[in-house]
Amino acid sequence: MIEPNRQGDVWVYAEQEDGNLHDVALELCGKARLLADQLGVRVGAVLPGWNMRELAFRLIAHGADKIYHVHDPRLEHYRTMPYARVMCQLIEKHKPQIVLYGATPMGRDLAPRIASKLRAGLTADCTDLDIGDHEEKSAKKVHKNLLLQIRPAFGGNIIATIINPERWPQMATVREGVMRLGDGDPGRTGEIIDENIEFNDFDLAVHVIERHREERKVDLKAARIIVAGGGGVGSEEGFRLIHGLAGALGGTVGASRAAVDGGFIAKDHQVGQTGTTVRPALYVACGISGQVQHRAGMEESAKIIAINWDREAPIFSVAHYGIVGDLRKVIPMMIKAIKARE
Amino acid sequence: MGYKCIVCIKQVPDTSNITGEVMNRDGTVNRTALPAIFNPEDLNALEAALAVKDEHGGEVTVVTMGPLGACEALRMALYRRADRVVLITDRRAAASDTLATSYILSQAIKKIGDVDLVFCGRQAIDGDTAQVGPQLAEKLGIPQIAYFERFESLTYRAARVRRNTGSGWEVVESPLPVLITVLDTANEPRPAAAKRVMQYKHLTTPDELRARLKKGMPDATDAEREAEHARQMEKQTFLGARIEQWDLDDIDADLQWCGLSGSPTKVHRVQWIVLTKEGYTEVAPTEEGVRGMVHELIVDHTMG
Repeated sequence: MIEPNRQGDVWVYAEQEDGNLHDVALELCGKARLLADQLGVRVGAVLPGWNMRELAFRLIAHGADKIYHVHDPRLEHYRTMPYARVMCQLIEKHKPQIVLYGATPMGRDLAPRIASKLRAGLTADCTDLDIGDHEEKSAKKVHKNLLLQIRPAFGGNIIATIINPERWPQMATVREGVMRLGDGDPGRTGEIIDENIEFNDFDLAVHVIERHREERKVDLKAARIIVAGGGGVGSEEGFRLIHGLAGALGGTVGASRAAVDGGFIAKDHQVGQTGTTVRPALYVACGISGQVQHRAGMEESAKIIAINWDREAPIFSVAHYGIVGDLRKVIPMMIKAIKARE
Repeated sequence: MGYKCIVCIKQVPDTSNITGEVMNRDGTVNRTALPAIFNPEDLNALEAALAVKDEHGGEVTVVTMGPLGACEALRMALYRRADRVVLITDRRAAASDTLATSYILSQAIKKIGDVDLVFCGRQAIDGDTAQVGPQLAEKLGIPQIAYFERFESLTYRAARVRRNTGSGWEVVESPLPVLITVLDTANEPRPAAAKRVMQYKHLTTPDELRARLKKGMPDATDAEREAEHARQMEKQTFLGARIEQWDLDDIDADLQWCGLSGSPTKVHRVQWIVLTKEGYTEVAPTEEGVRGMVHELIVDHTMG
């Protein structure tokens, strides 16, 4: 158990796979930078792997001051236990006050193992982080400058702010795509610290036999324009309209869970709490009622157009433009209007 | 022979279908209007364990922590051919976060003993944290394999598992015992067996029955209720199964790691999401209306 260390740095777990740094690691460096500046401390990033040293410079460009680089052939492919050993040992040695992980499948596998070992608190899937005070009324105590870990809970129907006042480090996994991914400043400087970790036989007991990478065919996160269809589209056939509008706009096709569950379109198109979180320049929601789980994944979009026959549909609560009408009529009108300008 | 499997399950409020009736006027959720269900991915975890038993023999023990009402989930596990079911219930366990929960479950699993495979659903729909599985593995001092899709092979020495990595899949090999978290895409959970529903639907723990009788016989005296309790418990002994009920003392839990004191995370603030009707520009569903909107979006460089 680690006591609060107010001089401790803000750390990021630098997730990489096959030498590719995950975007969320860079997003977190940017956020960690803001938190560390508020606290007057530095940003550290832990980079375990094999032949990954050049990735350190990208982490520095995005806001990290110190890179803890662990270079070991046994870390070539991610495995829970040796990676947890790296993190636990470095956390115990350097005592950061905050450790952030991406809420990716890897981060959500790794972080709880570390939290259990350190007996520290961990909050899953945060959508925002801040620094603030917490008043413990019963003990008449005020905890200053805690990490406020903000996340949706209860199926997305509440937003909870979680704190971890006494058993540090304060740890959280953070959803991909919700923190801004900056451009990075290649002129920033930082320090790369090589660390050596001892592993025991148990740490290495699980072996990776075979790996298979499936390229994501749909890149919703990178899309500037997304045209998404929901249950109201009605069928796979109906999704032709959605594809048509996306084509006219040069956008990518998204979908709500209802459309995916209905078998209208593949799951990798799904936007929302269980799918991808997006923040495009334009999001066109067609026949999507806008359950809170869906809205949580798209409400940060710069402009939102909602098309729905139901005036009461919750999607209109986040829309900038609302069209109450039949999408089968409205979408062809939009395609026509877009083509007309050319 | 065969494998000794333990499945950890949770009874959760059904958060997937929150409609107007469940939302109070002030935007809070009326929890009593939400039905309690077997956490969906825990059904996949149970199915994975039952499939091991079907193929290799062994036994399946289902453990849950929760209030007496969670017995319903244990009965549902019995309907699906679980061999043994255990409820851990204790007021001192209330307000446990994921870390305290995993500690309590680990103590129960140690009491059961000799486990080969521990299965958990990837995550529960009321919290969506996916933390208890990995934390439990660490507390038990055994490896974890998250996001199970299927066994490639299983022997007493090692399990070869294909797991989903999010960016594809990989096959990993782990010695036993190992903890496995199961995805909803891993299998199709079997339905309840009608015969077993008939057999076990009246099975309760003594405390659960007492609570039921208190509600069901409001005008009876304590003595009458005790007599009815004794009669029904006597009848249950012929059912050939029972729901075991343990408290924190039964599992030798160190209270400092349970409940509020065992939970490093605290709630600072909770906001209910209220649907706000802020203004949006209403566009008429006509050629003219749509053209105007497209024009605006071109002018402000959102399109093109």
